[in-house]
Amino acid sequence: MFLKEYIKDVYNGVSSLLKGMRKTGYYFVHPKEIITEQYPDNRAYLNLAERFKGEVIMPHDENNEHTCTGCTACELACPNGTIKVVTKFEVSPEGKKKKAIDTLVYRLELCTMCNLCIVACPSDAIKMAPNFEHSVFDRTKLTKVLNHPGSKIKEGIE
Amino acid sequence: MYSLEGITKSIQDWLFLKFDPTLALAIECVIVILLAISLFAILGLVLVLMERKVAAHIQIRLGPNRVGPGGMFQTVADTLKLIMKEGLTPDKADKFLFNLAPFVVMMVGMLLLAPIAFAKNFQIWDINIGVLYISSVSSLSVIGILMAGWASNNKYSLLGAMRSGAQIVSYELSAGFAVLTIVVFTGSLQISEIVASQQTGWWLFKGHIPAVISFVLYIIAVTAETNRAPFDLAEAESELTAGFHTEYSGMRFALFFLAEYINIFIVCAIGATLFLGGWMPLHIGQWESFNHLMDYIPSSIWFMGKTFLLIFLIMWFRWTFPRLRVDQLLNLEWKYLLPISLFNLLLATVIAIFGWHF
Repeated sequence: MFLKEYIKDVYNGVSSLLKGMRKTGYYFVHPKEIITEQYPDNRAYLNLAERFKGEVIMPHDENNEHTCTGCTACELACPNGTIKVVTKFEVSPEGKKKKAIDTLVYRLELCTMCNLCIVACPSDAIKMAPNFEHSVFDRTKLTKVLNHPGSKIKEGIE
Repeated sequence: MYSLEGITKSIQDWLFLKFDPTLALAIECVIVILLAISLFAILGLVLVLMERKVAAHIQIRLGPNRVGPGGMFQTVADTLKLIMKEGLTPDKADKFLFNLAPFVVMMVGMLLLAPIAFAKNFQIWDINIGVLYISSVSSLSVIGILMAGWASNNKYSLLGAMRSGAQIVSYELSAGFAVLTIVVFTGSLQISEIVASQQTGWWLFKGHIPAVISFVLYIIAVTAETNRAPFDLAEAESELTAGFHTEYSGMRFALFFLAEYINIFIVCAIGATLFLGGWMPLHIGQWESFNHLMDYIPSSIWFMGKTFLLIFLIMWFRWTFPRLRVDQLLNLEWKYLLPISLFNLLLATVIAIFGWHF
């Protein structure tokens, strides 16, 4: 029936609007929900989101070991040539040759934080870190080597 | 006890004692003009800051907090900036209309200030057709907006102005019907009598369902009439840059900006007068001691409190609801608000005739 539909329309419209107002009203009277970070003031106790993407890092454990196999998947995934993987062959004591990374060059000035390299990595060797204070006076300082000097691949990572 | 009524009365007595009546009246006019202009300036500063703070808290942000304690002087700084900016006029604009438009918009706001009762016996002009005056003058604001849009020689401005015209013309109807409901209940167009009729209770409570419905309709219609979100198609930042005031800069832009907030204040003041009893304190039936306690709060504070409550409500709307499309906007008015308000007026008339309201 027409009138029933009409009243239903009005009721649904009003109730959905009230639902929205309830949410925003809740935010208005609960200042603790505020997520603004007053950055330079609260530098010491900055509370960043977990998903914040600041730069690509390669985590190393306490034995200076990483999990990068040198497969160059990240280099292939990168849309603008930010990552350059320089590989070398290590000869194991048994005489077997094994591919490993020499250096993983990361050019921060080219990176758009698109996260594709992290998704592409099969061994979770690289991840995004929440650092964002990247400004330096010399552009060459933005080209970083991600693997620490003297680091080697963790045992059992193929 | 000090009251605004006493202050104005003593000033008037003193003026008439010192000067002859014509000069005294002229001096009073000057005082009223100065008061109105300073009220506008203060309202502009306060309301813009309030809007930004309310918006920030609703969107889980902090809002302006750098200039002065808690960002209190943010709008003062903004105004200073706007004063110092150059007021550009586009090359092919209609210079005369372009410069006139902001003042027309402001003037409508000033005219609307006349019949509003700010406190007990504190009113610029207690005209006996107050409500009619308000509803007719408020529809003039569309002229200023159309003028601005047309004179700018800019298609976005013109589109914004045209949308605004369609919007104001159509929403005037339901605002008028909502106001009429209260006129039906009181049987008077005079603002002071409408306020006096709410001595025993505000119309929102006394008038049963029709008053509540017409209050809701009034709030929706005036939100549309003041061109505020969710009805801000005239400005629609994302599609028309700024609508009718795209080409304005500096102080003339500030006048439009100020006029928007003045209009919000005025429609909320009228809403508070009609539905929430104006400066009348909250009285509940037979609770004598409670009523006496409420009487101790000055009437000006009651009026301002109610007005700012309504202003907050409209700001709450703005930062919650998404913007309507043009066809949705006109559908809402002609298919929903207008039939409902017509039916509501009939209901209110029946209730008023049989005297069923309290």
